[in-house]
Amino acid sequence: MELTKEKRLWMYKKMYEVRLFEQEVDRLFKANMIWGTCHLSVGEEATAVGSIAAIREDDMITSTHRGHGHCIAKGGKLPLMFAELLGKETGYCKGRGGSMHIADIESGNLGANGIVGGGIPIATGAALASKLKGDNKVTLCFFGDGANNQGVFHESLNMASLWKLPVVYICENNVYGMSLHVGKSTAVANIADRASAYSMPGVIVDGNDVEAVYFAVKEAVERARRGEGPTLIEAKTYRWLGHSKSDANLYRTREEIESWKLKCPIKRYREKLISENIATADELDEIENKVKKEIEEALKFAMESPEPSVADIELDVYA
Amino acid sequence: MAEKLYIEALREGLREEMLRDSSVFLIGEDIGVYGGAFGVTKGLVQEFGEKRVIDTPISETAITGIGVGAALCGMRPVVEIMFSDFTTLAMEQLVNQGAKIRYMFGGKAKVPMVLRTPMGSGTGAAAQHSQSFPAVFAHFPGLKVVMPSTPYDVKGLIKAAIRDDNPVVFFEHKLLYRVKGEVPEGDYVLPLGKADIKRKGNDVTIIAGSIMVIKALEAAKELEKEGIDVEIIDPVTIKPLDMETIVKSVKKTGRVLIVEDDPKSFGWGAEVAAGIVESEAFDYLDAPVKRLAGRDIPIPYNPNLERHAVPQIEDILKGVKQILR
Ligand SMILES: Cc1ncc(C[n+]2csc(CCOP(=O)(O)OP(=O)(O)O)c2C)c(N)n1
Repeated sequence: MELTKEKRLWMYKKMYEVRLFEQEVDRLFKANMIWGTCHLSVGEEATAVGSIAAIREDDMITSTHRGHGHCIAKGGKLPLMFAELLGKETGYCKGRGGSMHIADIESGNLGANGIVGGGIPIATGAALASKLKGDNKVTLCFFGDGANNQGVFHESLNMASLWKLPVVYICENNVYGMSLHVGKSTAVANIADRASAYSMPGVIVDGNDVEAVYFAVKEAVERARRGEGPTLIEAKTYRWLGHSKSDANLYRTREEIESWKLKCPIKRYREKLISENIATADELDEIENKVKKEIEEALKFAMESPEPSVADIELDVYA
Repeated sequence: MAEKLYIEALREGLREEMLRDSSVFLIGEDIGVYGGAFGVTKGLVQEFGEKRVIDTPISETAITGIGVGAALCGMRPVVEIMFSDFTTLAMEQLVNQGAKIRYMFGGKAKVPMVLRTPMGSGTGAAAQHSQSFPAVFAHFPGLKVVMPSTPYDVKGLIKAAIRDDNPVVFFEHKLLYRVKGEVPEGDYVLPLGKADIKRKGNDVTIIAGSIMVIKALEAAKELEKEGIDVEIIDPVTIKPLDMETIVKSVKKTGRVLIVEDDPKSFGWGAEVAAGIVESEAFDYLDAPVKRLAGRDIPIPYNPNLERHAVPQIEDILKGVKQILR
């Protein structure tokens, strides 16, 4: 399994896009330009991008409340994402959903989710549909370390394994579920250890190494596509920022946060691409500049978009 | 009397009950050092320790069931579910177990637990974090359902809920946490199942619950300027529902507006309306009973749509004038 230069640069660009998008969102929130709350994945970009790099365009994902990265990696369009966060009619969910509910069925994104663990059975159901239809698609199911203690996690993994469904469960273990350390929420040392209870492979991967994530997920996806059933992957990573807009960070130390910032997945990948002569610093700068421009234009589109009309408030409750 | 925030009064109630009775303990997600998602339990883990303020994994079904089990065995757990939307996950343990146990066991057991949870829209949290549905739980025999609207009420009622020998579902509207009001020092307990007259008046009765009490009070101030004298009844506990106080008021004013935060269909407002129509107050009605409620939609994210999803002060003003026409 070799990674092409094209793919590697795509992964770099996507990680950079996720980072910049979220930093911009953070700025907009602080300036009171965005309503509600949001959960940023700054520091975790490699898990979303490495995983989604390993699937086909027609494959599917389910995402979480911390879902901007998954959406972007799956082909989500920045203007429509910004528009959704600004509550505009042009947004992915016509301004009805906001950050926690962005979905793009067309690109195979079955939705972010405001309910911790809520997407796990949905991904399992999507995989069951693929098996019944014989469409050879695979579903990636993203969730956090906190979610692995919900009943639906256990119930879903059991059925997926029994029925050998084409689904890959990807736990983004960023050490905390809100304020609770994973060691205080989860009785096993590694979340991947839980795979054995459901008779499926459990794989631990460095979640800040985009290529390591890619290879681990790739193998699991191929296994799923061959009809051999699900895999549980645990990507070990870290959330740099607060849980959401309001978080006093009383449950962890500054030193701990700083030590993880040194493992920045984007900076690390940049250095790797340069040292392995895959790309020059100039080439990577050019990618970064391109992303900056895309973000600017996307935000402009969103700002200029119309608000939804109150007359349509009862639209779409039923089909 | 000291002015306090709703959230402070609630915390004070919890704290005093924990001091008074060692069988009271708190359990829920991020209620320890984080202090709860809205800060209700701030400082309590420092005072009472991790045995009495228990941080749990994200496992609503089990947390609630653990509350039921501990209550069955003589403890008085107060379970916090971070947003009321997530009580749907806790539903099984609450409605199939907690609510039914006493009756199923022939009255030989009791389940003295409280499930506290913040409800409501107005924070931009969208459909999965904004719902109000006390009526859903009021439908289940065996549960009591409370939704205090003022700092004074919330303190007296959390104490009553903790001391009650039944499972009590306790709804706190998120927009109420920052509302200020007078709260006496020290111990006082308000009865469950008793409505409260929040304002006396003669022209029209508004029956409003939770956050809608605050909006109705604002509306009443406006209407007073126009010479309209509004009586406001807060049912406070919707199960059991104090129809007596409501009926008495309706007999006096002959006109009724019900204002609720929940979606309109099959809500507690419909129950109140039916109760009025079934009672002797029916003969005193000078106009049909009118209901204002949340729309039958999931709460939208866009702030303007969100505002229009539930009744606002201007809707109450309009509603009252329609009844008086
Ligand atoms: C069912 C449910 N319970 C609680 C919450 C509140 N909540 C939102 S995110 C979160 C922590 C989730 O932790 P984890 O799954 O590890 O994901 P992370 O936030 O770390 O990405 C909690 C408790 C929720 N949204 N849904």
